[in-house]
Amino acid sequence: MKKVVVPLGPYHPLFEEPEYFELYCDGELVVDVEWKAGYNHRGIEKISESKHWDQVTFLIERICGICSTSHPIAYCNAVEDLLKMDIPERAKYIRSIIGELERIHSHLLWAGLAGHFLGYNTVFMWAWKYREPILDIMEMITGNRNHYAMMKIGGVRRDIENEDIPIMKKILDELKPKLEMLTNAVLDDPVLAARLKGVGVLTKQNIKDYGALGPIARASGVDIDVRRDSPHAAYDLVEWDVVLCQEGDVFSKAVVRLGECFESIKIIEQCLDRLTKIKGEISFEVREIPPGEGIGHYEAPRGECFHYVRSDGTSRPFRHKIRAPSYANIPTFKASCVGQTISDVTIILAGVDPCYCCTERAITVYDASTKKKLFNGKDLILLSQEKTKKIKKQLGFKDV
Amino acid sequence: MDTVKRLQERFDGKIRNISLHSDKRIYVDIDKDDLIEFVKFVFIDLDARFITASGIDLLDNMEILYHFSMDRSDVVVSLRTLLDRENPEIESIVPVVKGASNIEREMYELLGIKFKNHPDLKRFLTDDSLDVVYPLRKDAKRQVKQ
Repeated sequence: MKKVVVPLGPYHPLFEEPEYFELYCDGELVVDVEWKAGYNHRGIEKISESKHWDQVTFLIERICGICSTSHPIAYCNAVEDLLKMDIPERAKYIRSIIGELERIHSHLLWAGLAGHFLGYNTVFMWAWKYREPILDIMEMITGNRNHYAMMKIGGVRRDIENEDIPIMKKILDELKPKLEMLTNAVLDDPVLAARLKGVGVLTKQNIKDYGALGPIARASGVDIDVRRDSPHAAYDLVEWDVVLCQEGDVFSKAVVRLGECFESIKIIEQCLDRLTKIKGEISFEVREIPPGEGIGHYEAPRGECFHYVRSDGTSRPFRHKIRAPSYANIPTFKASCVGQTISDVTIILAGVDPCYCCTERAITVYDASTKKKLFNGKDLILLSQEKTKKIKKQLGFKDV
Repeated sequence: MDTVKRLQERFDGKIRNISLHSDKRIYVDIDKDDLIEFVKFVFIDLDARFITASGIDLLDNMEILYHFSMDRSDVVVSLRTLLDRENPEIESIVPVVKGASNIEREMYELLGIKFKNHPDLKRFLTDDSLDVVYPLRKDAKRQVKQ
């Protein structure tokens, strides 16, 4: 059988960080996928061993640009597990607020980019427009649109001023109807349903085999959510639901993510209400970390973020193991892409939300038997431009 | 505490030590030859989710912790195995847990631990043409570019 290899990456608009996929295709169908990582390996686990316990929270914030508060929360949970300590009540609510604001902005970012890949640039524009007010609230609380530096072992670094709370609630109130409109427009669209339903299906067994997490697992009916299962921060103090779907296709993943935005707003509103009623400190002082080991996890927008720390009694971690959610989610491509057409692969890869932001695109098509280059990115752009010219000519444009 | 009881019933003499950091964090010290049996029991019979594995260089030994999560009860079971540092070698758990493939490749690359019967044991992060160094070992020397 003659197979064609289609490389995706290392630089591709789907991926925030450079990654490389090889799609083995038989005609239009994908028969196997190979993942090569390491293009952006920064050795953070090793660097962490040379930093003070307090400095590590700033270091690990740089792991991911989108979910930059998830790693610090998971790390603080791990160290607090080692110390067997609790944090002040006010700090719990603030942690949840920051975590949930981040979830909304991450899910909207995903919805926008998913729309862009399908050729729905209106969705892209809307979703990113509605993401802005969330970033404004973040800026109001932390001073930054991203990399908030809010988490600290034993609590949080900055308080939320009570006089700011009404403005934040007003922004959230204004966002709700817009978000509803966007969600309904996306989920009721017949073309999007045709493109997304039944595409890239993952079964419960696939989820178990690869240990997939977060919205990917919940879209396949696997009921896991660290926020509910492992109560920390304020998640057991407020009312909210876990969004669950059964089909496991890309459409279900969209339903789960958009549904989670509303749950997040619910959590934030309750937390803001409670904050106005409670006073007190926002962190406990931690002076020494005794020898021992601790495990902490947190439900990042993409799934469970896992941190393991070991202390030998010095001022630095002896070992710090980090497992980000995409590490477990990306290998599911082997199950979800095989048997699909090349044109659907982009949205299946996007369905996993493997972090993306760059805009370069590079695709080169090789013939696997002769290793001869068939197309590259430039050729594809030329082909596309020629097609536009042809259509223009047919329509009678003169300036072609 | 149901999990501890079930582990003790199933592997009476094979558990070297069980330490409970808290009700939710169970560390089970086992012999490296019993690993597959333990992983099968925890992953299939107890229906736990494989989280990840963390390799640590202790200077006298190499240690691997296999973390499993019982999600609904929020219990994390970590299986602790010690390996000989001079020749660290252990059975791969990929035949039981498919999702462990990449983390085993990563430990092979960063700590130099060999995994027997791994279907595709090759480097995960760096290119094959680079020198073999194990950066996560505690005696790894920092290489400074001139």
